[in-house]
Order: sequence, then C-alpha cells, then structure tokens
Amino acid sequence: MQPLIRNREFLLALVVIALIALIGLRAPEFVTPGNLAQVFTDTSILMMLALGQMAVIMTRCIDLSVAANLALSGMVVAMVNAANPAIPMPVLLLLTLVVGGALGVVNGLLVWRVGIPSIVVTLGTLSIYRGTIFLLSGGAWINAHQMSPAFIGLPRVEFLGLPLLAWTAIVIVLLVAAAIAWTRLGRAFYAVGGNPTAAVYAGLDVGRTQFAAYVMSGLLAGLCGYLWVSRYAVAYVDIAGGFELDVIAACVIGGVSIAGGIGTVGGAVLGALFLGITKNALPVIGVSPFWQMAISGGVIIAAVIINARSGRRRGRLILREAQAQS
Amino acid sequence: MVTVSAQKPSGEGPGEAQASQPFPVMPGEPAPLLFMRGIAKSFPGVRALDGVDLALYPGQVTALIGENGAGKSTLVKTLTGIYQPDEGQILLEGEAVTFDGAEDAMRRGITAIHQETVLFDELTVAENIFMGQQPRTRWGFVDWKLMRERTREIFARLETDIHPDTRLRDLGIARKHLVAIARALSVDAKIVIMDEPTASLSHKEVEELYAIVDTLKAEGKAILFISHKFEEVFRVADRYTVFRDGKSVGFGLMANADTNHLIRLMVGRTVDQVFPKIETEPGEAVLAVEGLCHPTEFADISFTLRKGEILGFYGLVGAGRSEVMQALFGITATSSGSVTLGGQPYRCTHPREALEAGLVYVPEERGRQGVVLQLPVFENIALPSLGRISHSGFVRMAEQFDLARGYARRLQLKAHSLSQEVGTLSGGNQQKVVIGKWLAMGPRVIILDEPTKGVDVGSKAAIHGFMSELAAQGLSVIMVSSEIPEILGMSDRVMVMREGRIVGAFERGGLDAETLVRAATGNEGAASTSGTASQEQAHAAPHP
Repeated sequence: MQPLIRNREFLLALVVIALIALIGLRAPEFVTPGNLAQVFTDTSILMMLALGQMAVIMTRCIDLSVAANLALSGMVVAMVNAANPAIPMPVLLLLTLVVGGALGVVNGLLVWRVGIPSIVVTLGTLSIYRGTIFLLSGGAWINAHQMSPAFIGLPRVEFLGLPLLAWTAIVIVLLVAAAIAWTRLGRAFYAVGGNPTAAVYAGLDVGRTQFAAYVMSGLLAGLCGYLWVSRYAVAYVDIAGGFELDVIAACVIGGVSIAGGIGTVGGAVLGALFLGITKNALPVIGVSPFWQMAISGGVIIAAVIINARSGRRRGRLILREAQAQS
Repeated sequence: MVTVSAQKPSGEGPGEAQASQPFPVMPGEPAPLLFMRGIAKSFPGVRALDGVDLALYPGQVTALIGENGAGKSTLVKTLTGIYQPDEGQILLEGEAVTFDGAEDAMRRGITAIHQETVLFDELTVAENIFMGQQPRTRWGFVDWKLMRERTREIFARLETDIHPDTRLRDLGIARKHLVAIARALSVDAKIVIMDEPTASLSHKEVEELYAIVDTLKAEGKAILFISHKFEEVFRVADRYTVFRDGKSVGFGLMANADTNHLIRLMVGRTVDQVFPKIETEPGEAVLAVEGLCHPTEFADISFTLRKGEILGFYGLVGAGRSEVMQALFGITATSSGSVTLGGQPYRCTHPREALEAGLVYVPEERGRQGVVLQLPVFENIALPSLGRISHSGFVRMAEQFDLARGYARRLQLKAHSLSQEVGTLSGGNQQKVVIGKWLAMGPRVIILDEPTKGVDVGSKAAIHGFMSELAAQGLSVIMVSSEIPEILGMSDRVMVMREGRIVGAFERGGLDAETLVRAATGNEGAASTSGTASQEQAHAAPHP
C-alpha cells in the first residue's frame, strides 16, 4: 500500500479543497453548494476533454486539435439544426460523435500509419479543422434564434439539482475510469507510454493503441462540440480558441506525465477542477484575469517539478547484483 | 606491423564436422520441436546473423553460447517475432512458420525471459505479468481478481512471495527479474527462451531457477538457455550450440563437451586479422588510479597508464568498464579513491575539468553523445577547441578549417568536403570525426569506449592505425573493447573487469583469447591458465 501522502491525487485533492477554503475566507458566497455546482457545470467540458487528452498523452502523443475538433463538430450540428430543426436530438448527438470521432481517426491514422510526430500532425489538423469551419459556414455565425429550443435546452435540463451537462460529465468520467481500469485497451495506454519497447515484447501494437487514444479524444471532442455550442448558444469559427492549452494544462496539473505512461482519471478530473475553480473564483475575489494566467502557469510548472522528482532513475547497480550472486 | 593469429578452430570437436549439414535426426533421438535453418538478419552496416542453424528438442535444454555480439540476442528477437529474418526458415513441429510480431510468436507457444528489462516500471507486478493477455470476464473486462490469483500461483511455483499489487519500480533488480520469469511462465508455452536468466539473481534464486528449469523439462518443454557462465551451462543444458560472428560454429551434446572445447569454439577466428600495432617502449606513468570506488557500480579500481601505451579494458557487457571511464571523465561521481594525472592529483568531478587536465573520453554511442549530425565535418572537429581558436569571442572559419583539415588527413577521413554534414557520412567515418574532434584538443590521455563497434572493416583498420600512431607519438590510450581480436591486437596491457571489479591484468606477451574469456567469465579454475599476470594482479580484488 502506498502511503496516502505520496499519492498525487490525494495531494491534489487537498490542494483543491485548500483553494476553495482560501477563496471562502475572502468570498463566502463562493462556497455555497449552488455556486460550487455552477463551477462544476462550468468545468464539465474541460473535464471531459482532459480525459481524452490524458489517453493521448499517456501513449506519448499529444492532441493539439481537440478544441478545433470541438468547434468543427459543434458547427456541423448547429448548421444541421439550423437548416432542419425537425431532426431529432438523438440523431444530432450521434452526428456530433461521428464527426468528432472521424476527426480523431484522421489524427490517429496520420500518427499510426504515416508515422508523423503527433505534435506536427495535430498542429496541422488544428488549422485544417478551423479552416474547414470557415469553409462550411462562410464565416457566418449560427446564433441562438437559429437553433431549436430542444437543441439549446437539452444540457440545461435539471435532474437532482444538477443540469444534464454536469451529469454528462459525471457519466463520462465514470465510463472512462471503468474503461481505463477494466479493459485491455485501457491498460495498454499505460504500457505503450510507459515502455514502448516492452509493449512490443508484450505483443501490443503501439501505433494501434495510439490510434485508439486519438479516436477516444476525438469522440469526446465531438460530444463536447455539441455541448459547447448549445451551452453558449452560438457557433462560429473561433469558439473554444486556444482551449486545447487549458485541456493540456488540466492534464499536466493532474499529474499526467507528458513523457507518457503515467496518469489517472482522478488526477485529470482534479486538474480540470483546479483550473475551473481558479478561473471562476479569481474574478469573485477581485484578482485580475492576468494573474489567473500566471497562477495556472506557476501551478503547471510546480506540478511538473513534483512529478519529475518522484521519477528519478537508478543506475545499473552492477556491484549490488554481483554481491547478490555470491 | 604485428600479426595476431588467434587460434583457428580446432575442428576436431564433435559438432564442427556436421555443421554444414543441419541437424540430421539421429536414430533413437527425438525430432526437434523447433528447427531454424539458415537464418540471416542484417541491419545497416552489420550482418547480425549470417545463416545460423538451431534446433530445440522437447524436454531438453539447449544452451546457446557465444561472445558479446555473436548474434544471440538477435536470434532471440527473431524467434520471438520482434524481428523478421531476411533469409532462412523456421520449422515448428515440422511445419514452416513465420512470426508476425511478438503476439503471434506467443500464440504459437514461444515465450521468452528477455535479457533487457522489458517491463513496465509504473504498473503492478500482476499487470506486468499479464500485459497484453489479461484474463477477462464474461463481459470482456479485465479480471483483476483472477489476474492476482494466477500471479500468486505462479509465484508459488517460483517459491517467492512478491505481492501481486506491488508496483514494479519498488522492486530490486533481482525481483524484477523474477517477474520477467513469471511472465514467461504465465503462458502455456512449448518453447521457453531464457536470455541470461541468472544475470541478476542471487545464489539461492539461481538454485530455484534450476528447479524451475527441471520442472519445465519434465513437462516436455523445449528450452533455449543463453548464458556466459559455463558452470551454469554444464549444470542445466543437455545440448549446446555455439555462435560466433553471426554464424553457428558448432553444436552437440553437453555430455561430449568440455569447457576448453566450448571456449575454443567461441573465440576461434578463422581469418587472421592484421593489426597495425607499432611496438613502443611505454614511458612514465601518466594516469594512476588508486582504489576508485562507486557506491553501486564498481569498487577497488586501481591501475596505471603509461605514456605511449594502449591499455585495453576487456570484460562482458555490463562489467562496469564504461562506468569506470565515465567516472574518470567526471560524468559519474565516485565515493572514494584517488587519481593522479600527469603527476598532479586529479579530481574527476566535471567533464570540463577532465578536458582542461588533458583527458578526453570518446563514448560508445557516438550518435547520441559524440557528434552533432546536422553540422558539417569541420565544425564538429573544431567544436571542443572553439575556446582556443576564437579571438575575443569570434571564431574564424579559416582556422576551424585548418584544424579540421589536419585531422581529417591523419584519420583518412572519407568525405566529399569538410563542409559535408556528418550525418551523411558512414558510421566509420563518423567515428573518425568524433575521435578527430577530441584529438584536436591536444589531450594527454584519450579513452575510447568501443571505438570500432558497428564500424565497417575499412574504417576499423584506419582507426586502429591512427590509434597506434598516436600511441607511438606519446599519447596514452585506454581502449574499452568487447572484441577479443581487437584487444589482443592493439593493447600493450589488458585489464579484465567482471562485476564491477578488476579481476586480471595481463601483459601483451603472455596473452591469449582463452585466458581473457576465463577471467571475464570467472572460469579461471577450469583449465591450466597460461596467462602471465603482471604484478598488478596483486591489486585485483579477490572474487568469489
């Protein structure tokens, strides 16, 4: 058993609680259950994207195109909904997943089959996906009045005090956690990123595992595409611009190693919550948004330092082995 | 010029006579379970396997013996589906097969305990054992409970008590190795490959491993056992196959073999190699190392290096030779001991100090540590000397060229021009650039770590010639090498290391390949020793 104090998720949870308490001292209204639920709902999309990104990062890749994927998927469903409001919501949800998944497949194939470094692939597809939104929409916005009431209303449906958006995030977190813990693919993410050579020896296909991670990230980005567009009731070329950096930051703060092989669902969720809380709370206690960026930046670097310290490698121990033999 | 003729293979061994006709099935002998015929595998610049044959029999242990670089590991990778052979045939139970990746080989019942630690540090022991083949429940989910149970069962067979949920990185190397063994045993295999399985096990654990080997034999599995240790081979193996330079040079029954015969097969050279060694009279001591220790990698390293001398360091891979050299160069910190360089006490704490004191180290992995592949030849050669040839911070290209031109000529560098990118040169010529770059510093001592590893024959000769010439000019050279002919042909004296200690020191005169192998593998007692040990052997640490 690992002592709790060495457990990254536990430490991060403490930090998040301390953060909430600290904010509560300055602004007690922030710590009401209603407001915390609001913060959680605000962070839902970031949380889900962070889970997909975590899978990708764990296999030693990166997905810079998540936000562009989200925007493109969101634009496609918004346009379809605007063009034909009669199309039922389940079809639109399926559509957003198909579009997001397909964009993930493109990333995954370029990494797996063509063998281009992931950062280059997704830097390219980031621009391509954004450009495609412009081509589809001609630069026009889809506004609230063009969307059907069901389209806008679905994520807002309340159930047990939380909107459906937050419930979606909870279900996704549980699903991903189960997939990572109890499927061979989930375990392969750790193996492929932790030691690719050993993964080959274990009979795993490194490229195919990376491909699967991209598809997962794409599917989640597609789902979040609809959620984002309906929540903010607008779709245009630049929605969620730069949001991929928040997603990667949530992973890094949550202890996902950028070198691959290390990461937990709990960590990624807490990382996202940490960013969500700072983003929501700092304006409340009157701190400028510029400080907020500096704080998340500082936290990212602190997280990386803490993670790097726990992973020092040892030498070959020739003498100790020799002694062990005699 | 000196010609070293290492022993020709004696030829009268039981195996060689038949080596050309692969493994005829003798009357009364079992048919081989696995039969590899004429397997060849090349990598850029190296022919790692050159038509080897190997047969494995059910219920028998076949030992695979050979020097470092003889092709043993490549063969293991071919047999486990990591590499696909360029030529040759694999017959499994009489049927020709090809292995499409590691999973395929595993499915066909071939499992291996690999030499490298190909495990996952961040995952639990149970996961390491079952990665890629986890037991699943009816619904297709990983069955953690069953996985832990089966892990406990396997460890019970191994008579160890590692907890299935322990994270691998919290285990020592020996226990990690047990996990690797457990992984191989988790598969119901027909063929078990053990690539130096005892390399990091304690005496007790080795005995337990022998018991496991006996169990596997009784279960009718065919076992390929790779080891450097002859006592071990004689203890467990029924048959042997010897590899040398990517070829199979002999095979037979252990009952008909003895250590001398196996060593001769291992080191025998069919081609006499000519080494351009210039005989010199070594001068005064330049480098004196006294009792150098490292907490975990080496201990009691004492030797002297004289002016104009080539001092060879021989040993098996992992004997700690490179670690000692890196310590002298200031890359790794030492715990105790003293070093004198040119009569001055020398504290090796940073490579910069080593360079200032006139000691340079040419590492083994030249691609990663030695050259900047994207820079032209002349810049690479001038790189460490920039401080000397710059004027108020500015570097004159003409002077860089002058410096580079001289060394390129002396090293017989084959390049279109000095402006050619180093990355476009052949391996041998890249190595010449690395050596040239450090020589431009005007050092007193140069340490060459495996200077001709993976280098073509022509460049090898040029590097040897240059090395010899330098020594004749008064430079002191330490040459770490795993190639016996090179050690024999080039060294004035040889230090042999094993398990982090110097276990022998030999003068050029009384030196032969068998003596070296015996010292490096710890088999001195096995036959009459002909090596003339110098007085320095008195310094050598006693070994168990």
